[in-house]
Amino acid sequence: MHLDVGTWFAALIDWLLANFGWFFNAVSWLINLLVGEVANVLIGLHPFLIIALLVAAAAGLTRSVGLSVFSVLAFLLIYSMGLWTDSMSTLAVVLVSVVFSLAIGIPLGIWAALNNTVSKVVRPILDLMQAMPVFVYLIPAVFFFGVGMVPGIAATIVFAIPPAVRLTELGIRKLDVELLEAATAFGAKRSLVLKDVQLPLAFPSIMAGVNQVIMLALSMVVVAGLVGAGGLGGVVVQGVAQLDTARGFEGGLAVVILAVYLDRVTGGAQSLGDVLRRRRVRKEQRAAATTTPAAAREAATTAAN
Amino acid sequence: MNTVELGTTTADRTVGAKQTGAPFIRVENLTKVFQLTKSGRSGLFGRRPLKGFTAVDKVSFEVERGQIFVIMGLSGSGKSTIIRMINRLIDASDGTITVDGKDVRSLPASELRAYRNQTINMVFQHFGLFPHKSLVDNVAFGLKVRGVDKATREAKAAEALTLVGLGDRIHAMPDQLSGGMKQRVGLARALATDAEILLMDEPFSALDPLIRKDMQELLIKLQRNFKKTILFVTHDLNEAMYLGDRIMVMKQGKDMQNGTALDLLEAPADPYIEEFVAEVDRSRVITAGMVARRSPAPAGAPAPAGAPAPGAATAPGAATAPGAAAVGEPGERVQEDVVLHELLPIFAAGAGWAAVVDKNGAPIGKVTAEEVFAALAPKGFSNAS
Repeated sequence: MHLDVGTWFAALIDWLLANFGWFFNAVSWLINLLVGEVANVLIGLHPFLIIALLVAAAAGLTRSVGLSVFSVLAFLLIYSMGLWTDSMSTLAVVLVSVVFSLAIGIPLGIWAALNNTVSKVVRPILDLMQAMPVFVYLIPAVFFFGVGMVPGIAATIVFAIPPAVRLTELGIRKLDVELLEAATAFGAKRSLVLKDVQLPLAFPSIMAGVNQVIMLALSMVVVAGLVGAGGLGGVVVQGVAQLDTARGFEGGLAVVILAVYLDRVTGGAQSLGDVLRRRRVRKEQRAAATTTPAAAREAATTAAN
Repeated sequence: MNTVELGTTTADRTVGAKQTGAPFIRVENLTKVFQLTKSGRSGLFGRRPLKGFTAVDKVSFEVERGQIFVIMGLSGSGKSTIIRMINRLIDASDGTITVDGKDVRSLPASELRAYRNQTINMVFQHFGLFPHKSLVDNVAFGLKVRGVDKATREAKAAEALTLVGLGDRIHAMPDQLSGGMKQRVGLARALATDAEILLMDEPFSALDPLIRKDMQELLIKLQRNFKKTILFVTHDLNEAMYLGDRIMVMKQGKDMQNGTALDLLEAPADPYIEEFVAEVDRSRVITAGMVARRSPAPAGAPAPAGAPAPGAATAPGAATAPGAAAVGEPGERVQEDVVLHELLPIFAAGAGWAAVVDKNGAPIGKVTAEEVFAALAPKGFSNAS
């Protein structure tokens, strides 16, 4: 006996294409527009200006001198390898994919954290999305969106959503039960509990998800080169096709530089909230200590009596 | 002033009840059955019936306004479940909960939130402080929920923190504090909302003994000023006796005994309680007031200081009272909350009795040395029967 699962799936894709073609056209148009605009900015501005902005972002978010120096040298290396335009179009693709993945993944993660049924339904789907070999996404994506950058981005989004959902859900669910009880016991609505307690405390976990999404999106970019997505993926695919070791290595190196940069910057942003908060607290305490200790002590002793 | 304006229909109906002096909190036949979902899951051999675990079994009690009502029991006895049913963090399976005339179990969502915010607050065993908020923001949380503007709620929160002795650290973060200080914040947070009822779920259990004693004393001091109605859960009988106006002892979801500290000491209803009570240092629990009030002095005829209460004087009392003048210290006056341990030096110095007064100096009655010794002598369940 032979079950034609593959044929059924193909039939489903055909049916979707026949009935929802307008939807895929609209998505395709939107993604093209967004990526085009972002790429125009990144490629249109002078490379040194972009490098300065990227380094400023690194310095501002991580406060690390080492990373800032690395960023300057690494991006200059990309520029001198002649891969600047390709890198910037890849960066544009990654940014747009990440924004879409997070826009879908984080709300879904919140919903799954608050609702057990949603969580149960979503989990196997996420497993499927993550475990399916990435190339498989490309085939229907090409049918839906044609050849080029858009199917690459669509496949990237599908591939990159799971960690955003999982880490958001985990961050909210692992919250200490007593804190949830405390917020509820003071009469807070669920929306306030979410906004004021659950999300702020899940922030590090959510940022870890953002970091994972970016890394997955970047890793997918090269694969998307196979369907003509261009950028660094195209460079690498070209190197492979022509057995051009030098070209392939340069393309790969540029991907690594982007990966390290994005990883460290988002990783640093994760703990930035803590750093800033501590600084603010210390300042306020110093201010409080110089103005009110006498009054406070006096009040404390009257209370004690 | 601070009572919630819940559904007017229920409020109207309860006005009469309030005036006739019905108890502030009345709990009747409260029951909680937890479904053990694991054993209820359909297994390999068909669906097994759901097994329930009865955490609280038909418990009834009443709490008067301004009372500290202690629920005592070992872990798993259902005491924490009871107080969580009173503010509905856990929904009861059966029974009624009436607070200030309102049926708590039938409150709709919005009124339930108002009830939690304005009538009843909670202090948690592991403090339940929000680690991402400063102390003042933690304490102001209830007021923020209520929609109070930032300046007002911060002023109120700072005031509450000052009451618990943390007025100079309002901008600190919770992780900068020791356990005792954290629980002070927890206490301040519950005070800041002016709610009439405090639920305290083993609030001092996570603290080391010296700090625990400090916190108990702080609670007593605060209680003198605020007269909250407190439901206090603990597994420590000494703590229960020190704090509680009434104590309910729980075992496996059932109410074993409900009475004053002295009731528990004098007449443990059950060998289980007797076992507990045996560990208690009676001289540090029983107060002069308890002994004096227990003597059947006719109410409304308080004994004037320096003269024995007429009705209380049995043979030894009558014998001692005139003699006491001869001993030289007839009019030794003690506060009613002085524990017997501190009375011993008075008797050791030769006094036959001491007059007991309340905190305004009004006489309550007197205690004789015999009564003190009688109160100190262990009277177990088995001895009594």
